[in-house]
Amino acid sequence: MSYAIEAEGLVKRFGDTVALDGVNLAVPPGKVLGVLGPNGAGKTTAVRVLATLLRADEGWARVAGYDVATQATAVRGIIGLTGQYASVDEDLSGTENLVLIGKLLGLSKADAKARAAELLAKFELTDAASRSVKTYSGGMRRRADLAASLVGRPQVLYLDEPTTGLDPHSRNEVWATVRGLVDDGVTVLLTTQYLEEADQLADLITVIDHGKVIAAGTPYELKRRTGGQSLQVRPTVAADTPAIATILRELTGIEPLVNTDAGLLSTPVDNPLLLSSVVRRLDEAGITADEIGLRLPSLDDVFLTLTGRTTPTTPVTEGSLA
Amino acid sequence: MTTATAPITHISPGSALRHGFTLAGRAVTKVRKNPESLLDVTLQPIIFLLLFVYLFGGAIQGSTDAYLQVLLPGLMVQNIAFASLGTGMALNADITKGVFDRFRSMPIARSAPLIGAVLGDIVRFVVTLTVLLVVAVIMGFRVQTDPGRFLIAIALLIAFGLCLCWVSVFVGMLVKSPQAVPGTLVAFIFPLTFGSNVFVPSDSLPGWLQVWVDINPVTHLANAARGLLLGGDWVADAGWAFLWAIGIAAVFFPLALRAYRRRVG
Repeated sequence: MSYAIEAEGLVKRFGDTVALDGVNLAVPPGKVLGVLGPNGAGKTTAVRVLATLLRADEGWARVAGYDVATQATAVRGIIGLTGQYASVDEDLSGTENLVLIGKLLGLSKADAKARAAELLAKFELTDAASRSVKTYSGGMRRRADLAASLVGRPQVLYLDEPTTGLDPHSRNEVWATVRGLVDDGVTVLLTTQYLEEADQLADLITVIDHGKVIAAGTPYELKRRTGGQSLQVRPTVAADTPAIATILRELTGIEPLVNTDAGLLSTPVDNPLLLSSVVRRLDEAGITADEIGLRLPSLDDVFLTLTGRTTPTTPVTEGSLA
Repeated sequence: MTTATAPITHISPGSALRHGFTLAGRAVTKVRKNPESLLDVTLQPIIFLLLFVYLFGGAIQGSTDAYLQVLLPGLMVQNIAFASLGTGMALNADITKGVFDRFRSMPIARSAPLIGAVLGDIVRFVVTLTVLLVVAVIMGFRVQTDPGRFLIAIALLIAFGLCLCWVSVFVGMLVKSPQAVPGTLVAFIFPLTFGSNVFVPSDSLPGWLQVWVDINPVTHLANAARGLLLGGDWVADAGWAFLWAIGIAAVFFPLALRAYRRRVG
């Protein structure tokens, strides 16, 4: 199988700091790879190497079969880059930015204008098309960045923390766009600190910490790897929490975790049949629950297990429960 | 995977130049949208002109009218030198703001943003020269020669600026923020422009200073500009100024290129 993005043994040092310490990646065409890791893990460095902006000290990487070091121009003809670093010119308007990129990519002036109008419409920026980008909101700016990276119809798209700092609405918009691109056959490499984002978008996940890949696989595989399932109960009335905790303890023999903020009790279980016992005991005790079920661990749990610490910035995590 | 078009593996010098012109167009668009970015090449020359002519003119040359004639060609040289600082500032701003990474992730020549910035600077040169000339004409300056020699003067001045701007590109690649470019280059640009015969005749200066002033390229170019605009010999001075410009470019173009490559990978 040939990969759209493939890297092996990437090492990048900045002075004494080792930003990448032997990173391997492989993304099949048309898939989304989520590169997950805390701040400073090496995610952005990896993207910059794969986008030909940085040269790795060791190892190699290929995009659609082209070597990023020796065939950089060919790679640049295929990729689109959006992120913390590659941005648009804030002194220019949305249209001017996209037309400039179109012209640099060899489009005629008319074609560049048509492509710009098309993308601005797609990203709902038509009304702001003639305004300077510096007047845009954070979400609009991110959409303009994304539009800029799509002018050349890239086969491979890098999104470096595309939703960091966005409100939930803008974030959902970016996600919808990414899904649309994947439907069109674009391969996406997405870095994120948000487990939920990786869970929502990624076919494959690579977890990086301290410049090393510490886990890779599908979201399902990663969740499986962290261990068994957990049983969760959300009481209708918070006052029932101690009674439910007692029932869970009696059935499993261990103290359940009680998250009072989320109003949720959870306990690891080996035997899924335990679920029916819990339902019966609650019924007998006359306790009602809003929610009761078995869950795979969330990516938050995965990250905690793999790195020994929780993610530094996690948005509302409830939606990430699988 | 849909690979519809053949990969781009090589960028011809023609394409590099075309990309450079497209990016110079970007610089022009920015100036048009943000005219106050030209204040340094518009307001400053006017202030220099008014200040020196009316404040010092009488003392230096006996009359403000006579001083204006001698001063203007030299001021044109000085302001070209100041305007050349803009290249390094613009490039540094692009790099620190991240626009550069976008360009560099595209299949365009590595040198295109550099070519674009330098070509875009011609706009600043033309603006500063136009402003100076218009205000000077209002104040009573008259070109004494013909349009041909006038155009030679303009071409010489712009060529000098294009050579000098590599110093600013070099510094722009070394410093962290755009504002640090003029700050760093003050130590270079002041001796260069004030240590010349732009403002006062060199024979009024102490001997050691005369030595520098007489070899300073700004002195030569100012003499050439005077000859071309007011009449008189200009060829020898233009030759010296030209040699200097080539020399500066020969040293700083490779330095700037190397610093550019190092900075942007």
